[in-house]
Amino acid sequence: MTLAFETEGLVKRFGKTTALAGIDLAARRGTVLGVLGPNGAGKTTAVRVLATLLRPDGGRAAVGGLDVVRHAARVRRLIGLTGQYASVDEDLTGMENLVLIGQLLDLRRAEAGTRARRLLADFGLAEAAGRPARTYSGGMRRRLDLAASLVGRPQVVFLDEPTTGLDPAKRDDVWSIVRSLAGDGVTVLLTTQYLEEADALADDISVIDHGRVIAHGTPAELKHLVGGQTILVRPTDPARLPEVTAIVGEVSGRTPESPGRGVVTVPVEGDAAFTEVVRRLDREGIGVTELSLRLPSLDEVFFTLTGRHTGEEAAA
Amino acid sequence: MTLTVERPLSSEPARERRFGLVRHSLALGRRSLIKTLRTPEQLLDVTLQPIIFVVLFVYLLGGAISGSTHDYLQFLLPALMVQTVIFGGMATGVNLNADIGKGVFDRFRSLPIGRSAPLVGSVLGDLIRYLVGITSLLGFGYAIGFRAQTGPLPLLAACLLAVFFAFCLSWVYVLAGVLMRNPGGVQGLAFLTLFPLTFGTSVMAPEETLPGWLRAWVDINPVSHVIDASRGLMLGGPVAGPVTWTLLWGAGFLVVFAPLAVRAYRRRI
Repeated sequence: MTLAFETEGLVKRFGKTTALAGIDLAARRGTVLGVLGPNGAGKTTAVRVLATLLRPDGGRAAVGGLDVVRHAARVRRLIGLTGQYASVDEDLTGMENLVLIGQLLDLRRAEAGTRARRLLADFGLAEAAGRPARTYSGGMRRRLDLAASLVGRPQVVFLDEPTTGLDPAKRDDVWSIVRSLAGDGVTVLLTTQYLEEADALADDISVIDHGRVIAHGTPAELKHLVGGQTILVRPTDPARLPEVTAIVGEVSGRTPESPGRGVVTVPVEGDAAFTEVVRRLDREGIGVTELSLRLPSLDEVFFTLTGRHTGEEAAA
Repeated sequence: MTLTVERPLSSEPARERRFGLVRHSLALGRRSLIKTLRTPEQLLDVTLQPIIFVVLFVYLLGGAISGSTHDYLQFLLPALMVQTVIFGGMATGVNLNADIGKGVFDRFRSLPIGRSAPLVGSVLGDLIRYLVGITSLLGFGYAIGFRAQTGPLPLLAACLLAVFFAFCLSWVYVLAGVLMRNPGGVQGLAFLTLFPLTFGTSVMAPEETLPGWLRAWVDINPVSHVIDASRGLMLGGPVAGPVTWTLLWGAGFLVVFAPLAVRAYRRRI
């Protein structure tokens, strides 16, 4: 098995803060590794070490079998990086940004131009190519940033929270880019705060917290670990909540919870339960204002794995 | 919109392999240049400031110092030219400091380019500031009656010498720009050092008129040599000594501070 990148016992401290407390990550070539964790878990630090922007204090990290500290220059030939904030030059046009990256990657000027035009077209930025990036919308800027990280045809692409702050339509654009990269054999490390995103894109997911990996597996394994999906029902008439509670309890065989006023939730395995709930609600003539089947949120994953909510400190 | 990413792995594009650092620095220099030209208000200091200095000093002090404004203009302008380009070099450090904190520098760091390329690029791109400053100053000076006494070639040599020195000295401010936390700090440091460096010379008044302790400073101040060389080349007079000292001091600043700046940049996270 060939690994596109891996870290072993990676440690990074900033003063007294330990950002990475011995982290192990690995991705096979051509797969997407989702790194899932709340703010401050160490996701960005791990990406910055792998991208040769930070030196680790302990452990090791390698890309394409090359150590990121000893062979930083060669690693830089293999990688593309998209940071949390768009790392493009605001004063330069989209075209100028990509041509500059091409020239820094040793493309001949004509090649750099061809490559830039092609990427701008691929990413829906052809019309905006001649405008300074500062006039771009958030979604356009993010796409330009992604395009910039692909100029050198990298084997490994690091995407640090690429959809944070994007509306759902823009987010879908980024998702389809990630899928098409993976389809072309590029290895992707994607950090995210959303289980839904990791589930949609990743072949494997590592959940990290306080600079440690606390769970690792395929999305299916992870979902199984935290109880699959959740049905949520909000009846139009709050007085009928007890009936709804009885129905979902019976169908799922578990005890429903009421996380808010007039709402009931219950964990279920598989979609069949959902169809059954809908059928029973219809038969009883219970109208609903909200009815959904969703994956557990990161917070719920965390609660299951650690017994505490995201943002809560562990009890000492 | 359809997003498909084209990646024909077979057709690897032609790559340049030689003179990487030079090509990368020039590409990054071009970036700085584009940025400056797109925000021309950044050039206000090098366009207006020298004109204001000329007006202020020539008409305010000229009569008192030289007895005639025209004589004083002849005396002052070659020195102001030096001061103008040195001020321009200082701005490189301030601009770099503002630039370096932005996300785009993260990208530069993740690319397989020499660690010095982004710094060299910034310094090269700012050569435009010297050019604009010199053009503005000499243009205005000629309009109000300044005339070089030597010829176009020595005049050009004086300009190139001043640019060389300012370019070398600017690495001191590049180092400060890499090390310090915000542009205001760099600007403060620059002004603090540049006033004694540029005004603490014979820029405004002949050295013979200065008190002994100040004359001692003027004698060890490297900018004095640049000003002497500039006067020599534009007005006639001894040239060989001041030019040699200027080249030596410039090379000294470059050799010491450029590596320090690159080292500091490499360590900055």
